[in-house]
Amino acid sequence: MYQYNDKDQTLINERVAQFRRQTERFLKGELTEDQFRTLRLMNGLYIQTHAPMLRVAIPYGLLNSKQVRKLAEIARKYDKGYCHFSTRQNVQYNWPKLEAVPDILEELASVQMHAIQTSGNCLRNTTSDHLAGVAPDELEDPRPYCEIIRQWSTFHPEFAYLPRKFKIAVSASKTDRAATQFHDIGVHLVQNDSGQIGFKILAGGGLGRTPIIGQVIKPYLEKQHLLSYLEAILRIYNLYGRRDNKYKARIKILVKETGVEKFTEMVNAEWEKIKHGMEVSLSRYESMKTHFAPHPYNAVANQDSSLDAALSKNSEFATWLKFNTTDHKIDGYRAVFASLKAPDSPPGDVTHQQLDAIANLADDYSFGEIRTTHRQNLVFADVEKSNLFTLWQKMKALKLTTPNIGTITDMICCPGLDFCSLANAGSIGIAKQINDTFDNLDYVHDLGEIKINISGCMNGCAHQSVGNIGILGVDKKGVEWYQITLGGSSENDASIGDRLGPAVAKEKVVTAVKTILDVYIQHRHQEEPFLNTVKRIGITPFREKVYANP
Amino acid sequence: MQILKDQQLTDNTWKFLPDDAELPDEPINITVSLRRWLQEQEILKKYPGKLGIRLNPTDSVESVPVSIKNVQLIEINFPVFTDGRGFSLAKILRTQFNYEGEIRAVGEFMLDQIYYLSRVGVDSFALENQENLPDAMAMFNEFSDSYQTSVN
Ligand code: HEM
Ligand code: SF4
Repeated sequence: MYQYNDKDQTLINERVAQFRRQTERFLKGELTEDQFRTLRLMNGLYIQTHAPMLRVAIPYGLLNSKQVRKLAEIARKYDKGYCHFSTRQNVQYNWPKLEAVPDILEELASVQMHAIQTSGNCLRNTTSDHLAGVAPDELEDPRPYCEIIRQWSTFHPEFAYLPRKFKIAVSASKTDRAATQFHDIGVHLVQNDSGQIGFKILAGGGLGRTPIIGQVIKPYLEKQHLLSYLEAILRIYNLYGRRDNKYKARIKILVKETGVEKFTEMVNAEWEKIKHGMEVSLSRYESMKTHFAPHPYNAVANQDSSLDAALSKNSEFATWLKFNTTDHKIDGYRAVFASLKAPDSPPGDVTHQQLDAIANLADDYSFGEIRTTHRQNLVFADVEKSNLFTLWQKMKALKLTTPNIGTITDMICCPGLDFCSLANAGSIGIAKQINDTFDNLDYVHDLGEIKINISGCMNGCAHQSVGNIGILGVDKKGVEWYQITLGGSSENDASIGDRLGPAVAKEKVVTAVKTILDVYIQHRHQEEPFLNTVKRIGITPFREKVYANP
Repeated sequence: MQILKDQQLTDNTWKFLPDDAELPDEPINITVSLRRWLQEQEILKKYPGKLGIRLNPTDSVESVPVSIKNVQLIEINFPVFTDGRGFSLAKILRTQFNYEGEIRAVGEFMLDQIYYLSRVGVDSFALENQENLPDAMAMFNEFSDSYQTSVN
């Protein structure tokens, strides 16, 4: 993975010092609330219902074991012993003290980590495919490009006070696992007719209150122009994005109101002015790639026969392998998911003991690296077949083997009313009810792939609008109600879910979900996934059943 | 009043003339809004003092004429510190208009924005609160390196 050079390290050390001064000036009354809010947000620090929340960046979701141990240590020393992996591959602490944040940042800097630009109206952490570098369906490893974008976007002097936040996602595979169509900019690695690798650029996607699917504004961008093109988009957005209404300030609204053709013209005109002189050289790409060189894989890993033996002896292991591991580029290896969706803990939460143990497992079985996914799980990306059974046993002891990746209980869920001052309704409670109700694994496995996303308000932190089943908390005269949507997806077939009907009361949510699943089982063709059935039969059969018995 | 220019304390010799104010009789250095500058070309040409322009975030880049190159001072106004359009304006003046005169930040910008402003080409700073001048001087060196090219 990318290792900091002296310059990278100097910059983050200077950032820690800068934030320490800012915090001290605020505490002395030299900065106003408004000024400090903007400055602290640009360093991932929110003030929440109970305490500040600190969001730490995990660039494109990649961590090494040393960093994971540091996250554990911070959870122990400065928080309540746990932390939360977010839908943007980052990690959040819910209980740090404001005064302690500069110290936390200093600890992070010692392992090449930071909280730079993890919130606020600026360029945010660049996200990518959690299977980058190991996915069989990928054109090229996207991470060198992500790192080049990370550096360009870090402390970019022109784009720190944008109309609104700005997120870039990069994907290089046939299956879009990074939700690129719902980002302000989506970057796809593509190959042109002469076999050259370049980029397809999408703009104007986004979730939140007004979910919009991004549109292609450049079908093929030559490699060397990556940064000048991004810069042109950002400049047009910075100059023309709306600043009169924060709900209309994202680039998606600018693209929509300007029209994608006119917007593209504006970007291209700006790009023509700046592209010469901003080229990324081939040698820069090549040297960046060396940071992400393939691991020294065992050439005879595929000759293992112990896995088949273990599989035939242990059906629980076999089920886990089917649901919680996936194919690897190299024969003889698999990528293993650690499920952070155990029935009895909030989705995405992990304790410091688990983190320490995960770091050790990564060292022993996966070249010392761990990835985070936008569905709030972790991945050991490079596990040899012969080690799978041992790893499973060790992970089981840590409660990380709930065999539910991609299933109904692998929910995305925001902090909701329990932690968030903007919430209309609880979301963790709904996730718990779903877990309690769907506790029969055979039933869950039979349902197959279904994505349930639960947000406590319109801001949509848990991407409910692109959940196959989306659940959105609404407030009706101080009572928690839930709006259900069906058919959303953030993958290749990107779509925004349709409203099922009027919001349902808290105690009716799980019954409604159960009814929806019954309708699916009744109508599905053989192995047809839930999403396909919804698309085929439409929403009406679901609506009729759910609202049949009020 | 003192300002920071090229990281030094300097006396300010300029005054902004609101759109509804008459041109002064004595030839002092004044800045006027872009609108006035465009509309009153003929009158302004006869003004014996030095003339500069004040840009606001709402002034579109397209309406800025190439001849702006010849003014001695362009002020970029920040009505609120969260409005970052001035950063792009400064960058464009330097890199696309090849403007080499003084670009001065005025208005409600924060001390904590001085470093980035200087990197996009702002070379002087008029602070509302003169007491902050010493702290402002320290802001130019918050970082010793950067990932992007800077204009300054
Ligand atoms: C607990 C405190 C939190 C608060 C106050 C909060 C607040 C917000 C707000 C106001 C927005 C909407 C911004 C907009 O539409 O432009 C938003 C978006 C978002 N939040 Fe949160 N959030 C919180 C926690 C989380 C957590 C824990 C996650 C991860 C699970 C998360 C993930 C996101 C994502 C991914 C978006 C972006 C959706 C988009 O692309 O528009 N947030 N958040
Ligand atoms: S969706 Fe709403 S309730 Fe949930 S974390 Fe985001 S802002 Fe809070």
